[in-house]
Amino acid sequence: MTPEAAIGGNARPEVEARQELYRSMLRTRRVEEAIVDRYAEQEMRCPVHICIGQEAPPTGVSAHLQKQDHVYSAHRSHGHYLAKGGDMPAMIAEIYGKADGCAVGKGGSQHLIDLDAGFICSAPILASTISVGVGDAWAARQRGEDRVIVIYFGDGSTEEGAFHEAMNFAGVNKLPVVFVCENNLYSVHTLLETRQPENQTVRRLGPPNGMESFDGDGNDVEEVWRLAEYAVNKARNGGGPTLLEFHTYRWMEHCGPLDDTHLGYRSAEELESWKTRCPVDNYRDRLIEDGSVDQAWLDSAEKTLHREIEAAFTAAKNSPFPDAEELFRHVYPE
Amino acid sequence: MTREIKYFEALREAQAQCLESDRDVVVMGLGVPGPTGVFGTTKNLVDDYGPDRVFDMPSSENAMTGMLLGASGNGMRPIMVHMRVDFAVLSMEPLVNQAAKWHYMYGGKMRAPLTVRMIIGQGWGQGPQHSQALQAWFAHIPGLKVIMPTTAHDAKGMLIAAVRDDAPVISIEHRWLYGVSGAVPEEMYETPIGKARIMRPGKDVTIVAASYASLLALRAAEMLADAGIDAEVLDLRTITPLDRQSIVESVRKTGRLVVADTGTAEFGISAEIVCAAVEGASESLKTAPRRVGLPSVPTPTSPALSEHFYPRAINIAEAAAATLGAKIQFTEPETGKWHDVPDPSFTGPY
Repeated sequence: MTPEAAIGGNARPEVEARQELYRSMLRTRRVEEAIVDRYAEQEMRCPVHICIGQEAPPTGVSAHLQKQDHVYSAHRSHGHYLAKGGDMPAMIAEIYGKADGCAVGKGGSQHLIDLDAGFICSAPILASTISVGVGDAWAARQRGEDRVIVIYFGDGSTEEGAFHEAMNFAGVNKLPVVFVCENNLYSVHTLLETRQPENQTVRRLGPPNGMESFDGDGNDVEEVWRLAEYAVNKARNGGGPTLLEFHTYRWMEHCGPLDDTHLGYRSAEELESWKTRCPVDNYRDRLIEDGSVDQAWLDSAEKTLHREIEAAFTAAKNSPFPDAEELFRHVYPE
Repeated sequence: MTREIKYFEALREAQAQCLESDRDVVVMGLGVPGPTGVFGTTKNLVDDYGPDRVFDMPSSENAMTGMLLGASGNGMRPIMVHMRVDFAVLSMEPLVNQAAKWHYMYGGKMRAPLTVRMIIGQGWGQGPQHSQALQAWFAHIPGLKVIMPTTAHDAKGMLIAAVRDDAPVISIEHRWLYGVSGAVPEEMYETPIGKARIMRPGKDVTIVAASYASLLALRAAEMLADAGIDAEVLDLRTITPLDRQSIVESVRKTGRLVVADTGTAEFGISAEIVCAAVEGASESLKTAPRRVGLPSVPTPTSPALSEHFYPRAINIAEAAAATLGAKIQFTEPETGKWHDVPDPSFTGPY
């Protein structure tokens, strides 16, 4: 069945899988809220790109990934990292610049890594990790590894030449890659219509590069789940790459913990209308309605998450800063 | 008697032996498996190692560099080849922002054992976009290693060392060295990255150089010897990490310094060499150091202009004599009608 037929139909994850989709989205939401709440303390001294509002794509995609699969991300990476099973305390410690951070405090929010979880890297220069992920996929096939590579990027990245170059190479060589564009309409403060031709989608860029492409509601985790199931399975079975475009929206400012509608580049009304499409709350309501969860389950999920997140922040704050010698370590591998 | 082969053959042999000895080595670049094999340096490698390991690429220098970076992160040891350094400009983002910092910014958890060969050169109308010598750019980036082998022996040994190095290594090869022969062992060996070498010992003045400029420095030393000046020629071999100790030791011995580089003098590596000498051996310096490099203008195409653009051995000899306060009328050896070929026997192609 093609994914479009699947979307047209009623294919849904099993009840336990639905609960897990919700729990995973909620976890990212609560972690991001905790960062937002504490950022003004000035102890997290690195830029953070909050992904509140964009929890569905990484959650729906990661549901189909196995541990050996590799994920590449860009600057808005917290959700991608957490959904792939990245170590949350190590991520929080990294944002605090501490020795227990996943990159020993040398990367910060923009350079998360967790090799054990298959989260390979994140980087803030647009499109630059796309070709790197493609190279990983090429090497995986060269070495006979069963591995699917997922590469997340934003709509802005599709304007970079490196994106097109990497897509071309993946298409020519039918590599096991799923390209996931989270189209949130803005590149920093620059609107999509300023940057790309009118009435066109990112999705259109798949076929010229030799691959199928689909787009879907990036605030509907089950729609993401259906499209990703098709693309991941296809990549795993030797069917080559797929481009997925998910239409979504970031609630907070481009970089930092605040609302930014006062800047005037987007309206409060636009933000409010997207908030009515909240991927987390709407899915919760749907799961209550269809009997997948009840209030006791929800209360328990919240409580467990709260404890986990509080422990991560406490550990991060108590973690030591890296020693001064760390400044000169790792310039070259030893 | 030790076998002598040409520089380009030494590069080819290094790659063949790396491919032979390590399944993770691959060679990629525009024209790599093609009929001329990047000036012979990759010729016919595809016949022995197959198109999965020796292959062409789309004209996508940026993404293909990132692609090989990703492959290196996965454990492979790729060699990327740019027929001209000028094309590598298209790949600065993955090299500078990503590969160079990979190990550091991911807390030592990622390695990028990527080798990128870039060919520089001069002469025969290569012009502004086919002749640049951008070693200073790459040397300025922490995390990259930059090598510039001068001899056929070092070309092989350093390329093997580069492929085996866990850091990203930029190998800058001067086209005019490709035809120079030298003694090269048949077995695999490494010439260590980061160690300079005294090409010619001397006591009156130190000439520090790299790549083709080292050959010019040797010729200059011969001219100086005829005039009774004993010059020491230090061949850097590696730009970064820089062997400051060898520079300082030589300057302590001679008290005088001339730096010769194939690149633009201003903001180039010659400034760093002078700085290393001043910081490490200022008490030994008897006179101000001098440098010989390209003027800050784009490369002209016409032979009438490029004749005045590229420094020659005589310029290095004059600079060295000046550090001794000697006014000597040097005579340049006859090189034939044209100045823009490595030697009169050279008829192209470029």
